[in-house]
Amino acid sequence: MLKMRLVALFILLCGGGLGWFVYSPAASAIWPFKLGLDLSGGTQLVYRADTSNIPGSEVSDSMAALRDTIERRVNLFGVSEPIVQTQRGGTFAGAPEERLIVELPGVTDTQRAIELIGETPVLEFRMLKEGADTSQLSTSTVDELFEPAAITGKHLANTQLQFQTGTGYANEPVVVLNFNAEGKDIFARLTSENVGRLFGIFLDGVPISIPVIREAIPDGTAVISGGFQAEEARELARNLNYGALPVPIELLSTQTVAGTLGAKAVQDGLRAGLWGIGLVALFMVLWYRLPGVIAVVALSLYIVLVLSIFKLLGVTLTAAGIAAFILSIGMAVDANVLIFERMKEELRSGKSVSDGIREGFARAWLSIRDSNISSMITALILFWLGTSLVKGFALVFGIGVAVSMFTAIIVSRSLLISVGVTAKDGIARFLFSSGTRL
Amino acid sequence: MIIVDYRNIFFALSGLLVLASFGALAVFGLQIGSDFTGGTLVQVRYDTRPAVEELTRSLDSAGFEGYSLREAENTDYILRAGNLSEAQRAGLKTTLSIGDTYTSEITQLTEVGPTIGKELRNKAFFALALVLICILFFIAFAFRKVSKPISSWVYGLIALVTLAFDVTIPLGAFAIFGELWGAQIDSLFVTAILTILGYSVHDTIVVFDRTRENLRLNEEHSRKEDFAHTAGRSLKQTFVRSMNTSVTTLIALTILYLVGPDSTKDFALTLLVGIVAGTYSSIFLATPLLVAVERWRAGKGAR
Repeated sequence: MLKMRLVALFILLCGGGLGWFVYSPAASAIWPFKLGLDLSGGTQLVYRADTSNIPGSEVSDSMAALRDTIERRVNLFGVSEPIVQTQRGGTFAGAPEERLIVELPGVTDTQRAIELIGETPVLEFRMLKEGADTSQLSTSTVDELFEPAAITGKHLANTQLQFQTGTGYANEPVVVLNFNAEGKDIFARLTSENVGRLFGIFLDGVPISIPVIREAIPDGTAVISGGFQAEEARELARNLNYGALPVPIELLSTQTVAGTLGAKAVQDGLRAGLWGIGLVALFMVLWYRLPGVIAVVALSLYIVLVLSIFKLLGVTLTAAGIAAFILSIGMAVDANVLIFERMKEELRSGKSVSDGIREGFARAWLSIRDSNISSMITALILFWLGTSLVKGFALVFGIGVAVSMFTAIIVSRSLLISVGVTAKDGIARFLFSSGTRL
Repeated sequence: MIIVDYRNIFFALSGLLVLASFGALAVFGLQIGSDFTGGTLVQVRYDTRPAVEELTRSLDSAGFEGYSLREAENTDYILRAGNLSEAQRAGLKTTLSIGDTYTSEITQLTEVGPTIGKELRNKAFFALALVLICILFFIAFAFRKVSKPISSWVYGLIALVTLAFDVTIPLGAFAIFGELWGAQIDSLFVTAILTILGYSVHDTIVVFDRTRENLRLNEEHSRKEDFAHTAGRSLKQTFVRSMNTSVTTLIALTILYLVGPDSTKDFALTLLVGIVAGTYSSIFLATPLLVAVERWRAGKGAR
């Protein structure tokens, strides 16, 4: 008994601590709640990366380079805490494809966001196929004439603007590409093996320079002389310095939510949460009396525990996640209801209150386990297959199911036993009775 | 037990509800959202809302085709259209403000490309199939012990029938919501249906578990009891539990629907309907069906 009471005291202290952790501004400064774009306001863009001109072994490297480039680009424009990630998608609609997901908190002008990304140049290198001729450029597509080269835009280290002087050059501005160490080796090998062939430099899918490889180039530089105006060349050099996309990207979907709408959703969600907790608690106390009060304490612990997990794991909360949380409040007391109903039956069959409590818990356990298993299966499948929206729901729902099992079994049980009602009649009977019966 | 004794009334009521759902589905059909078809959804807020005709003219001249425009709460409009062209997206705010005539704010813009739409659709079907298979295994596992006088697979089959009921009712309701305020089938709707499946299969199993426990106890104590009576008694024992867990969940969902975020209102309502249907079916459909099957078998055996 004393041991149970110590456990109960410990649980309550933990609950208090977690409550402080959830509400105190000091803890929130380090572990804030993470709000999804639909709550904080912002834009999400999903792109398809066209990796068809990249050798298979290079794809994941190129995607990483693509992500870094876009990230640099986005940071440049002062977007705070952008998220740029790559994803392999499309397995459910034909061939798999490489995707790029860009999340821009606070950017609520979709067009501006698209332009921000779209200004990043795509730099590609291709070899003219054997037997093909550049004079066919106007009649054939680029893919028919050119084949992928071993070197790609991701090997670019930096670029410089230079003015070419000498006979035949009227002080023409050119852009010099400097490859990184890896690119230098690849470029040296490529040029030495393909002397006499035509090498195409493509910017945003358009061939801007197709020089002949006259000799091996061991120093890792290439020159784009595309008949630029000085201003044009300067801009290109600058854009390439911020990073060039190694592969072309194509916009698949966009999602923008204004901050005002998000803020209202947070407010509504919060209000719904408070009302939900209040009414569920009221129902439990009115119907189950003393055990009901304990269920409410367990529910409060459940709530601070789940909220703490959200903070510590950095779970991104969305409107669907908030809905899952509120739904889980209703379902979390399910285990308590099962236990209390069993308990009452045991009491009715003449057992003492403390025996009734123990028996009730023991017998309800199987039911509680099964119910949580079936909900957990749903949560797992949704999390595995869902879009970010559905994942937000599934994650919160899954965490809720797991935690509610713990609070109902461990917390309710220790608290209920440590209250230590042993009498068989009178007030004890009333406190453990339920519904409209007195 | 009154529910078992008057089971025919509940069968009729259940049948009517199912028929009504099918009727709603046939008459109104389901509106599939841009999540699954690809397309654009725009929510725009005005200081003062322009007339539909005015906005329609502006959209037409911007080259929008096959779109739908609906007045939403406050001074909002919801526009659903196909995929936007570059120019349409760039000029969207101007188009919606009809030049400079109105002050508008685009509060939400979602564009789903056709590939993503197809992918989400396939994923939704796959998830649905996967949840159903898992539930089948779950039912097979829960009813693996053979019991008399009804064999295990009958319990499983009836659990499946109640599940079909639990999904049909919210589908029918959703067809009506679609007609009333343009609710559309989207990822969240599918999520709601899957959640209902997970929730209600267990609700039914709890009742059946009690029936089998009581049958076993009867056998152990060599008590003779009519099956209908045992089933009714089991139902009575689990009745309060079934009602109360549903009540707390329904309280939470009702609140979510009434004061929760706008984006999850349809979701909350679907879940509400589904969980009411789930609770109804596990109390008023599952056990009465079980008794009906037993009676039918006993009748066949006697002949």
